[in-house]
Amino acid sequence: MKNKDERIGGRMSRVDAQLKVTGAAKYFAEFEVPNLVYGVLVPSTITKGTIKSLDTKKAESAPGVLAVLSYLNAPKTPAYQTDEPSKTSSGRGPGMKAFHDNKVYFNGQPIAMVVANTFERATYAASLVTAQYEKSSHQTELKSNLDKGITPKSKSLQDYQRGKKDAYQTAPVKIEAEYIQPTEVHNPMELHGILAQWEGPDKITVYAKTQGVKMTQQVIADTFKIPKENVSVHSQFVGGAFGMSLRVWPHEIATILAAQKVQRPVKLVITRDQMFTIAGYRPHTHQKVGIGANKDGKFVGISHWANVQNSNYEEFTEATVGMTRFLYRSPNVNTTYRVVPLDICTPIPMRGPGEATGAFALESAIDELSYALNMDPIDLRMKNYPEKDPEQDLPWSSNHVREAYQLGADKIGWSNRPKEPRSKKENGMWIGYGMATGTFGAHRREATARAQLKADGTLLIQSAASDIGPGTGTAMVQIAAEVMGMPADQIKFELGETAFPYAPIQGGSATVASVGSAVHEACMALRQQLVELSGNALKKAKVDTLVYEEGRVRSPTDRSASIAYTEILKRNNLPMLEVTKEAKPGEEGKKFAMYSFSVHFVKVHVHPTTGVVRVKHAVAVADAGTIVNHKTASSQMMGGAVGGIGMALQEEAVIDHRYGRYINNDLANYHVPVNADIPDIDVLFVDKKDPYINPMGAKGLGEIAIIGMAPAIANAVYNATGKRIRELPITPDKLI
Amino acid sequence: MKAFQYVRANTAKSALEALAKDPSAQFIAGGTNLVDLMKRGVTAPDKLIDISRLPLNKIEKVANGVRIGAMSLNSQVADDKLILEKWPLLAQALNAGASAQLRNKATVGGNMLQRTRCGYFYDTEMPCNKRQPGTGCGAKEGYNRMHAIFGTSEHCIAVHPSDMCVALVALDAAVVVQGPKGERTIPFTEFHRLPGDRPEKDNTLGKDELIVAVTLPDSPYTQHAHYLKVRDRASYAFALVSVAAALELEGKTIKSARLAMGGVAHKPWRLQEVEKALVGKTVSEATFQQAAQQAMAGARAFEYNAFKLKLAPNTIVEALKMAAGLTA
Ligand SMILES: Cc1cc2nc3c(=O)[nH]c(=O)nc-3n(C[C@H](O)[C@H](O)[C@H](O)COP(=O)(O)OP(=O)(O)OC[C@H]3O[C@@H](n4cnc5c(N)ncnc54)[C@H](O)[C@@H]3O)c2cc1C
Ligand code: SF4
Repeated sequence: MKNKDERIGGRMSRVDAQLKVTGAAKYFAEFEVPNLVYGVLVPSTITKGTIKSLDTKKAESAPGVLAVLSYLNAPKTPAYQTDEPSKTSSGRGPGMKAFHDNKVYFNGQPIAMVVANTFERATYAASLVTAQYEKSSHQTELKSNLDKGITPKSKSLQDYQRGKKDAYQTAPVKIEAEYIQPTEVHNPMELHGILAQWEGPDKITVYAKTQGVKMTQQVIADTFKIPKENVSVHSQFVGGAFGMSLRVWPHEIATILAAQKVQRPVKLVITRDQMFTIAGYRPHTHQKVGIGANKDGKFVGISHWANVQNSNYEEFTEATVGMTRFLYRSPNVNTTYRVVPLDICTPIPMRGPGEATGAFALESAIDELSYALNMDPIDLRMKNYPEKDPEQDLPWSSNHVREAYQLGADKIGWSNRPKEPRSKKENGMWIGYGMATGTFGAHRREATARAQLKADGTLLIQSAASDIGPGTGTAMVQIAAEVMGMPADQIKFELGETAFPYAPIQGGSATVASVGSAVHEACMALRQQLVELSGNALKKAKVDTLVYEEGRVRSPTDRSASIAYTEILKRNNLPMLEVTKEAKPGEEGKKFAMYSFSVHFVKVHVHPTTGVVRVKHAVAVADAGTIVNHKTASSQMMGGAVGGIGMALQEEAVIDHRYGRYINNDLANYHVPVNADIPDIDVLFVDKKDPYINPMGAKGLGEIAIIGMAPAIANAVYNATGKRIRELPITPDKLI
Repeated sequence: MKAFQYVRANTAKSALEALAKDPSAQFIAGGTNLVDLMKRGVTAPDKLIDISRLPLNKIEKVANGVRIGAMSLNSQVADDKLILEKWPLLAQALNAGASAQLRNKATVGGNMLQRTRCGYFYDTEMPCNKRQPGTGCGAKEGYNRMHAIFGTSEHCIAVHPSDMCVALVALDAAVVVQGPKGERTIPFTEFHRLPGDRPEKDNTLGKDELIVAVTLPDSPYTQHAHYLKVRDRASYAFALVSVAAALELEGKTIKSARLAMGGVAHKPWRLQEVEKALVGKTVSEATFQQAAQQAMAGARAFEYNAFKLKLAPNTIVEALKMAAGLTA
């Protein structure tokens, strides 16, 4: 019998669930290799300047210490030819050059690494390294440097204008407001790091925490100028990343240099406070939105400006102002994006990068406008729904956002929403309802999968994909089960190894669309071969018309004309049937505007005198095409909603600008939601196939899960209290 | 962290002897605060004397009250039948602190001696008079959102982070300590101190002393007691402001009151004058508003914590209303 949960659209449990809950899943830091030694970083204690002298003597003579690596003695890195920070692979490279010279670009920058035979000894010895600096004055504050913003080189973030500039100013009803997103730090449970082992002068193996083994491989090969095939990267399990592992960080290169220096494998696991300083963050962003409408609600114009925190040594950009260009039908739109170089580490995408920040501004402003117009915020959005993408002037590949509004409104009980803000109480608490829209590009990249059908009837599929948590392996097994008509327990999907065929990084919600397509095509090719090898009876029929069920292929009309895959292999004397298929996006991206959409609804309680906000109910609706696995997709949406609650109410990494140092760099002081903060979250899917994006019709949903959640909460807080909070997080002090 | 020696004491006497032998040694109880401080390099003892197995973990009914052994776990006290029945305020405060895992490890003595959560205190690269006297106070002109509004000095504006201690100070607790010269008892109000010009000293415990117990007198505050903690998330966060409020009522009239605040000072902030003023008054929002105004006399805020000037009185009113059973 076919188990529907094992097929596309089912609710299959994770294939690696047991490994994860029993601890059998092995994360990079858990690998032990013979002769392993431990690295601990020494961070700079100034924010900008140069190292005048470094005293490593005490550390070197501490028990168990093998070496103290720094710019003074680190092995030369072939790729570090100039003194400029390296800008390899468009910001995916190591950026800052590890231990290359005595320059300090930000506080906490690694200036040395102690290698010792135990982690504890290395930690202690690291505390003995002292540096003398030549300090320069530094700038870490965005607010006081807004005038230093520069237009980024990134093509997609040049100034954009459609129609007249700042036309919103001429509208009969208009809103103009500033919105502030603080710095957020990814803080996945698993700390960052790497284990590096040289196997020869130009051959290396690493165990990494990465969102793309092939990306890590490429960067290491480029940095050390060794053949790519000589770099093996293992990363089967990742304990959360949220974007922070989309590049190779300088401390990873430093560890590889250390392994070279001591001629032994070296493991580095950074500390929680280093997670704030050297592994990226969601950038602090000041935004302004101007939006104007006619009395009937029709938008006249939208303007959106963003000033974004950036480092001083490379350019980072994200699509903060992107959605403003296409999410609504407005004849006049202009957007401006500026990066503000500061003396801090470079940011890196954090779940819903850019769009999550941008949505807070845009979707708050639309809510503000709805009150000014005295119009329901959903009606206002419906009124401005664009039948096609106004930015590219292309039809949508699919866009069911209006249906998503309806589904969510019904579920949350939108009709109970007080029309007047600050007008309704429940158990002594102000109650409010809010909603907001999210969107993210439905991306697809090229990917390759290898499928091996074995004589025992099992199917092994391999691709160098990553799984930072969404359940990639599970979705891939379902896609294969669907195409092959096989039970899921006969199928194994392996990922996270550079030895496997190419897969892109796991970022931008593109894994199911990209790797899933490759798995789909590999299985289709397998089917074709099976039919060709099956003998005359089936060969005459068209491959597509045949039925593939229970590991057999048969004629649609004649049930008796059926043959098992194993039988086909046996008859042909084949130990195995193998195909490798590359799948690429076609021209569809030029013909259609492809986006996923989400709508978030929340109900909040706000305490009238203490300002405490409690989210009482959340409804997350996704228009993400076909939902391959309803269970893991729901979990993703819930996780995103939880992240959104953190973004709205809690998360903020604070720098003391006098010193350029973070002041709340631990998990006691940097808050993320705990169970008690999380209400019932209902997840609903439009679940309509996108006819163009890929064979499954699946669009990504990892990012849209969070995009729009923060403004939904801010809007609900306004509805409850009449207070518009335009600076996240919405903590009690802002509401009393 | 620096390598250290570890010894385990089996009796209070042997613990004190071990300490006398090695003045740079420190006691370790649950270790939930001390180990973090060692990891961050804030403190680096040469020796740890493990006191967690001392036979000091009983919660005993004594004449006119209860004696809680210093080694009792936070969760043990919070779940104790006698405490729940007679001193529910204490159980509420304990349950408002930290997380279930931490409460299962943290001891009563350790909770009292936990150090401030000031970020400058934790970062050895920052100035901090409490960690390193004479280096200055990083928080005073820095990020001081969590800091004190009462009893600050130019040398330190930190708060004591404990919830338990706010209830204990309200309930007239006393601390029983043992030193080389024997036992002495310190009223809870005098146990923690204000920073003054010695911010490195959190309390009046001698360097050579061990906390052995906390005692609570019998109290009339079994019915009308409420611990209200306002924080940035629903659980597992330190107080922005917390209030322990207890009332003894006769009908609607207040016979006696106990009131203390957390998150506002270098010590749990008992409000004895306000308590006195409440006596004889009728419970009402207006009475409580008045009490809250009185409580705020002398408050002074810094750049990021001005909100406490409003949040603190609001929380007092709310806590008193809850204690009195006045629901909105
Ligand atoms: C993430 C986090 C969140 C927290 N949140 C809260 C909160 O919301 N509210 C709250 O109140 N607390 C909170 N805490 C603090 C927690 O309550 C304390 O860490 C705990 O109570 C300390 O007890 P312990 O037994 O582990 O002490 P230890 O860490 O073992 O000791 C602390 C200090 O007390 C000394 N000491 C211990 N016992 C004695 C004794 N009998 N005599 C003399 N000296 C002694 C030790 O030498 C040491 O200096 C939190 C802690 C963490 C880590
Ligand atoms: S407030 Fe106290 S603990 Fe904080 S920096 Fe100042 S002196 Fe140190």
